[in-house]
Amino acid sequence: MRVRVRLFGPLRDVAAKAEGWRELREGDCVGDLLASMRGEGGLPAEMLAASAVAVNQEYAERGRVLMDGDEVAILPPVSGGGCES
Amino acid sequence: MRVELVRERIDSAALLREIKVGADGAVCVFDGIVRDNTRGRRTLHLDYEAYEEMALKQMRELAEEAVVKFGVRDVAIVHRLGRLMVGETSVLIVVASAHRGAAFEACRWVIDTLKKTVPIWKKEQFVDGAVWADGEKFPEEIVGVGE
Repeated sequence: MRVRVRLFGPLRDVAAKAEGWRELREGDCVGDLLASMRGEGGLPAEMLAASAVAVNQEYAERGRVLMDGDEVAILPPVSGGGCES
Repeated sequence: MRVELVRERIDSAALLREIKVGADGAVCVFDGIVRDNTRGRRTLHLDYEAYEEMALKQMRELAEEAVVKFGVRDVAIVHRLGRLMVGETSVLIVVASAHRGAAFEACRWVIDTLKKTVPIWKKEQFVDGAVWADGEKFPEEIVGVGE
């Protein structure tokens, strides 16, 4: 099965090449996908660990089982709003 | 409920005018703007980007949840994307309510939650380089466990 990986913000800056469709095994979950991406290098482990994952535009846990055609977005900590933080 | 991502200047006065109805006793506005420095380093401009489909969905959910949670009448959330200059509005939250207490509380909750959960990022361009702003740590229930 295939899922579409999207990256944003600082993650895309360092790993734009990791975006796009990827082949997974049936039954693979979000955590499996992240582990395989980490294994290939290019995606800094500490950035991945601090990131959230969304499957089809909804936040998903690492154990969420992926389905063919899913859109998986890896989201670094968000920084919207003004500068008042 | 007006929820939008825009690329042009946000017209705060127009939004404020538009939201008011006779039953409202209070309108609370949060206007988030681009500051001229971060920890003393001079900012030239900011570039905002979003996972747009998801950000809009999340912002809509926030507006709906605020109405239910605080009993306010209406909530508008508008966030700007693209390049913003110092002093420009990046996010505008307007809450209309019969009473001020609920309006203040809802407005505060919406901006605090937006900054932790809505997938938008900003890159700061300084005179001597550019960096992505440190994001807020995701709430535990979003990042999940096992990593």
